[in-house]
Parts: sequence; C-alpha cells; structure tokens
Amino acid sequence: MSNENKGVDAEIVRKIARLSRLHVDEDRLAPLADELNGILSWIEMLGEVDVKGVEPMTSAVAIDAPLRADVVTDGGVRDKVLANAPKTEAGYFVVPRSVE
Amino acid sequence: MSDLTQLTLEAALAGLKSKDFSSVEITKAHIEACEKGAKLNAFITTDYDNALKSAEASDARLAKGEGGNLEGAPLGMKDLFCTENVRTTAGSKILGDFKPQYESTISAQMKSDGMVMLGKLNLDEFAMGSANETSHFGSVINPWKAEDGIDLVPGGSSGGSATAVAANMCLGATATDTGGSIRQPASFTGTTGIKPTYGRCSRWGVVAFASSLDQAGPITRTVKDAAIMLQSMAGYDVKDSTSLNVAVPDFAAACDNGVKGLRIGIPKEYTMDGMPAEIETLWQQGIKWLQDAGAEIVNVSLPHTKYALPAYYIVAPAEASSNLARYDGMRYGNRVDGENLYDTYERSRAEGFGEEVRRRIMIGTYVLSAGYYDAYYLQAQKVRTRIAEDFNAAWEKCDALLTPTCPSAAFAVGRKIDDPVTMYLNDIFTVTANLAGLPAMSVPVSLDKDGLPLGLQIIGRALDEETVFAASAALEKAANFTAKPKKWWA
Repeated sequence: MSNENKGVDAEIVRKIARLSRLHVDEDRLAPLADELNGILSWIEMLGEVDVKGVEPMTSAVAIDAPLRADVVTDGGVRDKVLANAPKTEAGYFVVPRSVE
Repeated sequence: MSDLTQLTLEAALAGLKSKDFSSVEITKAHIEACEKGAKLNAFITTDYDNALKSAEASDARLAKGEGGNLEGAPLGMKDLFCTENVRTTAGSKILGDFKPQYESTISAQMKSDGMVMLGKLNLDEFAMGSANETSHFGSVINPWKAEDGIDLVPGGSSGGSATAVAANMCLGATATDTGGSIRQPASFTGTTGIKPTYGRCSRWGVVAFASSLDQAGPITRTVKDAAIMLQSMAGYDVKDSTSLNVAVPDFAAACDNGVKGLRIGIPKEYTMDGMPAEIETLWQQGIKWLQDAGAEIVNVSLPHTKYALPAYYIVAPAEASSNLARYDGMRYGNRVDGENLYDTYERSRAEGFGEEVRRRIMIGTYVLSAGYYDAYYLQAQKVRTRIAEDFNAAWEKCDALLTPTCPSAAFAVGRKIDDPVTMYLNDIFTVTANLAGLPAMSVPVSLDKDGLPLGLQIIGRALDEETVFAASAALEKAANFTAKPKKWWA
C-alpha cells in the first residue's frame, strides 16, 4: 500500500462523487472526507502483508469459465422489460435528453 | 391441535405428509403470528392471499400422496430475492415499487418443491449492514430482550429473516451472507443459519451486493431444518456462471453423522480485545462438548485473520460500486428529474440510496479509481489468497473449525455509532469464510448474563457442508438450547 497516500480531501470527494454519480451537497464534502479517511486509514494495514509472488484471488473454488452455445435463449418480452420503467412511450424507455 | 407455529420445519413437513394438519391450517396459523408480530417489522411486503392459494394447491398435492421437499411449509423470503410480480425492494428506496417479471432460481426451486411464501423479509439496504438499521423500511426489532426491556437489533443484514424465524412467524427463511449476514443475525436471535460454499446456490435473480462474496442460505430453528431448506436452495444453475456443477449431497442425512474421530481445529487468532469473557467461556464449553462427543481437538493458526475485515471492506465496496451502477433511474426504480442527464443520475442515486450504501459506493469507487487500484483492490485480492492459504494449511490438521460467531450479543436499536469501523467489527469472525468461499454455520448454544442468545460457528472445507452439518448437529445436541424469547409483541 502506498505510503505517500495522504487520504482524501473535499476536492477528491467531489471527484469520487462525480465518478459514483452521486449528488453531494457542497457542505457535505469535508465531513465525508473525514469519514472516508477514517475507513481508509483502517484498511491501510493491509500494506503490512507480504504478498510477494501471490496471485490475486479471483474465485473461491477453482472452476473453468463455462461456455455456452452462442444462441438466443430469451427475448420477445418487450412489455416485461418495460414493466418497471419510470417513463415509457410507444414501447420505448423515455430518458432525459443526452445530446445537446 | 397444539400451536402449529411452534413446530420445527422437519416436524411440520412430517405432520403435513401424514395429514395431521393441512397446509392451509399451518399457513393460517403463521399468518396470524405474522399479523400479531407486525411491530417487529420483519416483513417489508406480505403476500398472504397467494400464500393461502399455494397452501390449497399443496394440500391438493399432499392429498394425492404427492409433493416436494418443502410441500406446504410456510416460509419467508429475504427481500433480496426477485419474486415474480411480488414487490422486491432490497431494503432500498431506489427500487420503488419494482415488481420483478421473473423469479430467482432459488425461490423458483423452493416453489417447485412446494414452499408456501408468506412474504418478503426486511433487511439492511442492499444487504449492507450488521444491525438491520440501514433499511429504508425501518429497523427490525429482535424478539429477544434483556431485563431492561430496551429494543434490540436482530443483527443484519438478514435481520427480518432471523426475527421472523425466532418469533415463530415462519418455519424458516431464506437469507444471504456476504460478510456474515446469515450467521450474525442467527447468533443474535437464537436461530441457526448456514452460509454454504460459494457457488453452492445460484445467485441468479438475487439482487447483487458483492458478487464474489454473496451466497444464499437458510435461517431456521434447528440444524436439521437448515439442511432441509438448503437441499431445496442448492444446485447448479446455468444462469449463474459461478454456480458449481457438482452433486448436491443429502444434507439432512449428514446431520446424523456425528463427530467421532473428527478433528476440530481451534484457531488461536479468533479472540479479540474487548470481547466479553463469556464468549471466551462459551467457546471453551463448545470445545468440551465436541470433545465429549468424540471429536479430537487440535490447535491451529490462521495468521492473516486480522487482515480479513480490512480486505473485505475493499473488495465488498469495490464490487458493490460496480454492481450498483445499474441503478440509474432509467429502466426501473425511482427517477428524480434533474437539470440534465447527469444531474438526473446523481439526484436519483443520492435520493434513492441511503447513507451507508452511498458511503460504500464512494469507498468502492475510490479504491477502484486510477492510481489506487493496485494499492487497494489488487492488494486486497492478494491478501484474500493469503487468507485462503491459511485455511488450506489448517485443513492439513483438521476437518472443521470451531469459533464464536460474533464478538458480542445483540445490542440496542439506535445505539449511537460515530465510527463505521466499530460497526464493521461485528463481522470479524464471520467474514473470513466469505473471503475464502467456505461453508460456515452458526448454532445457538446459550444465553449470556443478560439472557440474550449467543452462537458458535463451525467452518468447513469448500464443498464439505456435510461435515459442517455433522459438527453443528453435535453442538446443537450437546448445548440443548431450548430458550425462547418472551412473547412481548403479541
């Protein structure tokens, strides 16, 4: 774990919030930074573990990634797909304008 | 007819089969118990009309001498399992009135085995919590109380499942366990719960939290009941690429295997500062019980134990931040209109997710972000390998491990915790089994000085649930835990 890591500040929290697509009010940025630093300083202890030559764990029980035939197995259920949408029209999802 | 809600699942199934009572009768008895227990807030959504219809259909099958492994038994479903046309919330506001158009593999298997589903059980939001206090639908109350009468938490995240089973509102309930969410609530409520080997149960249709750790299992009142339920829940599923294509053994039969000649490991690292002395005493008692039942006790070391929780709090939020990216308010769930598309995303998610979920998404996003991935996520996954290696070394010397389930008994609802890390410590003894993907079970064994239940945990080798059931059944028999909470809520 990097020793030079000084934790997060309000500016970094703003960036993380943006990446997370979470709205955070301006006055919450600094308190959130404190909270996150509390957690981050605790997980820093992982840096002590000697992991030289250790492979990262990817699966608890070793299995081969299964393959299946590349065929359509589902579909034709448009109304089911749309059933829980906040807004639909004429069989489509209605979303906010994304290209100005 | 005695109170049908007092029966074990095993006894209820036998009674149904021999027509001592009907599924409609036992279902009605449980619906009444659920209504009387409403203040425990165990259910988010009840589905009594369909439950009674299922019960009638079960009775018709039973009358013909037919029926599956769970035929006619009223059970509860954690509200993390998608159930066709029955609202599924994951304990969150963000899903709104989401009604899945499909059934999770586990609930589908249970239905085809004859389950009568009473409803959807409360949980921490997206299963993130250890007290069931992060649910958008309010805290669940533990049926157990100390002398002072203060409301206690049932643990979490499967708090609704644990409370419903402990309060005799259902014969058993499904639950899920990412860091201890089956075993810790089981310990807090005097119930039994097993998290099977990762991949034993399909995750298809279960709302995802941390995909490499999430595993479903049952919470019940006895070890045998857990075996019966797991039999219906387990099995290979082509729709979950991490589900294991292996035969499912007869779990109930394994409960009678005994522990004679079994080597039980005692990991010296499973003791922590500030742990109540009674938990240490209880652990010693457990050792004695298994020894008296014929097991050989061996001391083992799991040197990386203390790194399990911090590794978990990197891996789980990282995977959660990725899994929860899908909640964007576009295709399902709640949308909060903003000034533009990004603002709509950000406001929908900020208003839809609770504080703990937002915190974990941000931690996860941070540890996966450019420049930090190697330092945090990759390091944590390597530490996880070290933890798995510790267990593999222990299996050279023993067949299963005995540990406490939790460092404390249930605590008060609303207990002020300023530091999230303090809350995370609840999972200190349970989280290792998730990181290593091992089966682990909590068995209620005694009451503490305040009259609150405490559990012990058996951890087994991957895919060796049979030994976990055998050792757990031996513990259960020796402990003879028969205490019940006083029925103050009815």
